[in-house]
Amino acid sequence: METTITESRETLTAGTSMDETQGLTYPRIECKNINVSYGDKQAIFDISLPIPDRSVTALIGPSGCGKSTFLRCLNRMNDTIESCKVTGEIIMDGENINDPDIDPVLLRSRVGMVFQKPNPFPKSIFDNIAYGPRIHGLAETREDLDEMVEKSLRRAGLWEEVKDRLSSPGNSLSGGQQQRLCIARAIAVRPEVILMDEPCSALDPVATARIEELIDELRKRYCIVIVTHSMQQAARVSQRTAFFHLGELVEMGETDQIFTNPRERRTEDYITGRFG
Amino acid sequence: MSDHIVSAFTDELDKLAADILRMGGIVETMILDACSAVNKNDVELAREVVARDPQVDKLEADVERQIVSLIARRQPMAHDLRAVFSALKVVGELERVGDLSKNIAKRAQRLDENVGPSMRKGIYRMASPVSRQLNMVLDAYATGNASAAKAVWEGDDDIDQHYNSLFREMLTYMIEDPRTIGAGAHMLFMAKNLERIGDHCTNIAEFVYFQATGEYLLSTDRPKTPQIDG
Ligand SMILES: Nc1ncnc2c1ncn2[C@@H]1O[C@H](COP(=O)(O)OP(=O)(O)OP(=O)(O)O)[C@@H](O)[C@H]1O
Ligand SMILES: [Mg+2]
Repeated sequence: METTITESRETLTAGTSMDETQGLTYPRIECKNINVSYGDKQAIFDISLPIPDRSVTALIGPSGCGKSTFLRCLNRMNDTIESCKVTGEIIMDGENINDPDIDPVLLRSRVGMVFQKPNPFPKSIFDNIAYGPRIHGLAETREDLDEMVEKSLRRAGLWEEVKDRLSSPGNSLSGGQQQRLCIARAIAVRPEVILMDEPCSALDPVATARIEELIDELRKRYCIVIVTHSMQQAARVSQRTAFFHLGELVEMGETDQIFTNPRERRTEDYITGRFG
Repeated sequence: MSDHIVSAFTDELDKLAADILRMGGIVETMILDACSAVNKNDVELAREVVARDPQVDKLEADVERQIVSLIARRQPMAHDLRAVFSALKVVGELERVGDLSKNIAKRAQRLDENVGPSMRKGIYRMASPVSRQLNMVLDAYATGNASAAKAVWEGDDDIDQHYNSLFREMLTYMIEDPRTIGAGAHMLFMAKNLERIGDHCTNIAEFVYFQATGEYLLSTDRPKTPQIDG
């Protein structure tokens, strides 16, 4: 087991060495032998996957192959599904996040999530962002909070568009703006990891380009895992790509390699749109 | 490889390959006919070869248009991406082979009719291994055969050796009889053109290999005889 981890670290370092983000190339998250079942139906089969820091890992694969299920393991969102049972280790900062001692609420402040459909709280733009820092006690004063809201909105590339209407409801924004609001909300609690499940599937090309630009900006700071159905998007935004099929991890590698020369036939068939 | 779910995508890639092979076929006969025109002093055949070149240029432009459109509409990935990339490169190489053959045919028309058969034969003899290289690399392209492509790639050294000996032979004629210098100069350029056609076949072999395997052949690994003309 130990050798597998060492190997994967070596490949990770090799994979990111050309990148401008130097230094932090060790896996931010190390997933080991993850199995997930809904009742007696198994959805994820023994997946082991290192996820590097300060880079974007894309999860691709046909509908129903378990991408969302796997993504939800990373912040224990599957806990909220009654029938769902997860086994295996997910090591972050030396801790197994599946350990019963880990507080899932606290964990979710470290591992933020953005969903397919923008889901702003039915509150003002300001409160959407301020909510997390408030409940996690991250802001001491009102000024602190103002600053955090501004900073998060700026980082999400939304500040200029909303700075004069912070008290308007979050759902008064356009779809693309709402999605950036959700990203701002996710980063307001200073997470270490950001999970995105098809964050652009409801957006037009311009809004999509904005989000992709933002992802590229965010990856300098965060570990990002994105699920996408768009091969082009995975190719554009990620440094590493993992291909899932029927609940198994078929292939994982540098994004360039996966899209120009995949090793596995199943990957090739999927990304080139062939019958599997 | 199995078919695309969108069957028109498979059809488009097939058409691209078919057009390239058609172009390759035309170019291959251009080499042989140009050199045969030299050999038999057949000015009419030489003229015909020159007249075929615009057809090659048109095919090139047409294939390029297909490729641009295919990239825009289909965003090819993996093997498809490599196939489209290699098609784009191969088509450019074939166009150059067409030009070089045309150049041989033009010289064939200008060659003094008193140039003897032994001098003419040298070019003709070199044409056959060169066109065979092209034929084999086109076969490798058609079948996606990486090892066949590699064999062509390694075979270029024979062409270089052939070129070196032809070069020496022409020099001998020119030294023995200075009246052959004019014709000899034409012959040397023709031989050089054949040698360069060999290089284009080598390039095509590299693209075929890349298309089939996703790996690059490194020119430093290729057997290579130093060229006599430096
Ligand atoms: N809450 C649930 N209860 C029962 N089964 C579920 C549940 N969520 C997912 N599944 C099953 O688990 C498998 C994986 O689903 P998952 O949603 O992870 O796939 P996915 O790769 O995200 O698909 P998509 O691309 O369509 O979003 C599927 O067979 C699905 O039916
Ligand atoms: Mg999903």
